[in-house]
Amino acid sequence: MITGFLLNGFDTRARVVFALLIAIAILVPAANLLLPPDHPLHVPTYMVTLMGKYFAYAMLALSVDLVWGYCGILSLGHGAFFALGGYAMGMYLMRQIGTRGVYADPILPDFMVFLNWKELPWFWYGFDQFWFAALMIVLVPGTLAFVFGWFAFRSRVTGVYLSIITQALTYALLLAFFRNDMGFGGNNGLTDFKDILGYNIQADGTRATLFALTVLAVAIAFALASAVTRSKLGKVLVGVRDAESRTRFLGYRVENYKLFVWTLSAVMAGIAGALYVPQIGIINPSEFDPANSIEAVIWVAVGGRGTLVGAIVGAITVNFGKTWFTGALPELWLFALGGLFIFVTLFLPKGIVGTVQAWWAGKRASAPAATLKPEPAE
Amino acid sequence: MRFLSILIAALWLALSTAVSPAAAAVADEDLKRLVDALGVGGFSEAEAAINALVATGDDRVSAILDRFGEGDLYTRKADKSVFIAEKAGSDFKLLDPVTGAEAGVVSKGEIEKIKVNNRIRRAIAAAVGSLTLRSPDAAIRRSAAEAVMKSKDAAAIPALDAAIEAETDPAIKQIMVAARAAAVLESDLPEADKIAAVEMIGGLGTRDAMSMLAAYTAVEGPVGEAAASAARTIESSLLVWDAAQNVWYGLSLGSVLLLAAIGLAITFGVMGVINMAHGEMVMIGAYTTFAVQEIIRTSAPGLFDYSLLIALPLAFIVAGGIGILIERSVIRWLYGRPLETLLATWGVSLVLQQTVRSIFGAQNKEVGNPSWMSGSFTIGELSITWSRLWIIVFAMVVFAGLLAVLKRTYFGLQTRAVTQNRQMASAMGIRTPWVDAFTFGLGSGIAGIAGVALSQIDNVSPNLGQGYIIDSFMVVVFGGVGNLWGTFVGAMTLGVANKFLEPYAGAVLGKILLLVFIILFIQKRPRGLFALKGRAIEA
Repeated sequence: MITGFLLNGFDTRARVVFALLIAIAILVPAANLLLPPDHPLHVPTYMVTLMGKYFAYAMLALSVDLVWGYCGILSLGHGAFFALGGYAMGMYLMRQIGTRGVYADPILPDFMVFLNWKELPWFWYGFDQFWFAALMIVLVPGTLAFVFGWFAFRSRVTGVYLSIITQALTYALLLAFFRNDMGFGGNNGLTDFKDILGYNIQADGTRATLFALTVLAVAIAFALASAVTRSKLGKVLVGVRDAESRTRFLGYRVENYKLFVWTLSAVMAGIAGALYVPQIGIINPSEFDPANSIEAVIWVAVGGRGTLVGAIVGAITVNFGKTWFTGALPELWLFALGGLFIFVTLFLPKGIVGTVQAWWAGKRASAPAATLKPEPAE
Repeated sequence: MRFLSILIAALWLALSTAVSPAAAAVADEDLKRLVDALGVGGFSEAEAAINALVATGDDRVSAILDRFGEGDLYTRKADKSVFIAEKAGSDFKLLDPVTGAEAGVVSKGEIEKIKVNNRIRRAIAAAVGSLTLRSPDAAIRRSAAEAVMKSKDAAAIPALDAAIEAETDPAIKQIMVAARAAAVLESDLPEADKIAAVEMIGGLGTRDAMSMLAAYTAVEGPVGEAAASAARTIESSLLVWDAAQNVWYGLSLGSVLLLAAIGLAITFGVMGVINMAHGEMVMIGAYTTFAVQEIIRTSAPGLFDYSLLIALPLAFIVAGGIGILIERSVIRWLYGRPLETLLATWGVSLVLQQTVRSIFGAQNKEVGNPSWMSGSFTIGELSITWSRLWIIVFAMVVFAGLLAVLKRTYFGLQTRAVTQNRQMASAMGIRTPWVDAFTFGLGSGIAGIAGVALSQIDNVSPNLGQGYIIDSFMVVVFGGVGNLWGTFVGAMTLGVANKFLEPYAGAVLGKILLLVFIILFIQKRPRGLFALKGRAIEA
């Protein structure tokens, strides 16, 4: 039944994108591992990791697009869910270090020994098990989003106000995680990971696998998001986006629809964060920075809001641009990013994918329309 | 015989100084003669000579006595003249103790060290204490009295008594009386004196007095009881002062928040747009101040005290001009799409930050405080810095001025009309695009002059605005849109609440608690403390 739900949700375009993602998930690691380094198609490991990072961002962008593009909730705090997922993964990786840390304490991570803590805080229990960490990656962002959304949507906090309080949420978490006594490594965060599920985290094979898993996760998230948005529920969401009061008057419980998609989106962001951390090798409080969340929104805006594919395209394009700019012309990067914000909102409100789609649709529509006699204007 | 003549000379000198309070007027030779007396005879004679020196009240005496106490004074055997000797190789370099002039180099055999024992050291310490207590310089007298208060030296009581008698400055006199009381508690004077001293200290009501008394609460007998009860009285009055201090800090923080948020409140109220570049307007105002001060430093240093006054209109014009430019070029195309405006203005803020960074560099800029902004004064236990006081005053003036503009001018009338109902205002012939542009300019200009004030208390760096933007949002959202009083109450409430939370929760946790509180508050009142009523708000 679920398969049917997913298949129904697929139009041709979504199938193409899905197939493309799966192909990337297979071909890039293959090109990295199987081809010799001097082969022209060989993908170096640093490139695999870099692209893995882009795809983790793409998943975050997908989650933002789901709430912003389809439900009109502009979240300026999605980075919080991303970072929480990342921290859950980071805690697992920290506990895998074991005695290989600087202080060689079998239980306590280095920073706790450094802070002279005697025993593990309760919220670190269980993170030595991967299944538990995986559960937390889903549960922690999901629960936070559920509670937050439960209050916010029920009180009908909308528009700019909602954006501001999501920003307040991530800012509060930023401040909280900076504190040493929170037990999450304070300023330095969690880093110096050794291995994941017994595999060396620095090894080429592990990195390629992580990349493949990330792209696969993006593909699944994309499929899920397409299915949701094309379902009846998705239509109601679009109704909420375009005319919330009217949808409510038609008898829909707007807050429940919003809460569902908001929580789903937060879980997606959390998983994206969890995939991001082992590839980057560090998670620290700066991931909670409100500026990061706003940047995630601009990826979606650049790619095309409400298109899903656009979110992936936007995240990868903007981040590729960032990598190139910060390497080649570092002082110009903020100009470019700021200009991008302005340019996209002013001149490209539909984003890259949306504009191409509109152009394509216009071309297709104009071909048969030419044979019809033009109607006199009203 | 010689001893007597010195005494007479000293008396004569003391008389002459009593006539002319400019104590430094003792002639070098006279002083030198008294210094020479230090090297004659035994310890008793030396002590008498010290007292004779003190009686002159000369400024230089305490320095000479200090050197004496350190054992640096030597007698030249040839003429029994006293010098300060400093080791120079195997020989000694002689310095005139009065003038500091060099008096040649001698071998070790030619001079003899003037011996110092504990009795002499005590005499010197008391002498130096009383000398500084009677110094013509008020600052020296004050610090001497404070030193006695710390050391609680019972030996200083007679010197203090004399100093209290002569003191004319009531503030310093009070410190001396307190110092005497502190010394009495350490002395072996009768109990009645001590209880009087306890009462005296208790009457001060200061934190220092409290810690001073805390040392005696454990003492057996009436003194201990008196100390304990006085300490309790002080403690309860200190609690009140602590609360007052928190309120004061809170109001000061609230004023800063008010300054930063008030411009945002206007633009948000009128256009329904949160201007993410608002913080950068504050930053531009601060950099305008920096630029004005730089120009004044290089071309007209005398005007430095007026630099802030010059910077105020300039900052308003610069930030307001940039604001109008942004409105005309970016924001006006985005009306009716508040969330897109939010993103576009975020882009503007990034560009402005990087522009300032490219022009002025990334490091913090030094913005000086004019003389009337620095320093502080105290009311009771409340220490009030001038900069904080002026910022509160300034915030109030800006707030009142803005209220006046909105309530009393034609432009204000138009602005209020557009805020309440844009379509209707437009139908009545108000050119809403111009109102938008000028309101945005006004809001940005206010942010600019807020930047002038904030440059005095914060680091002026390209990131200055980022630090205020989230706080400003909180204030505006908390206070409610379209109502300046809401912003005022919001800013002051958050400021005071923050300062009251800080002692219990710490600065960071206090801030987190406030953010959580605001998030919850918005659930209860989604339109803030003072919401606009009517249809207009349903955009």
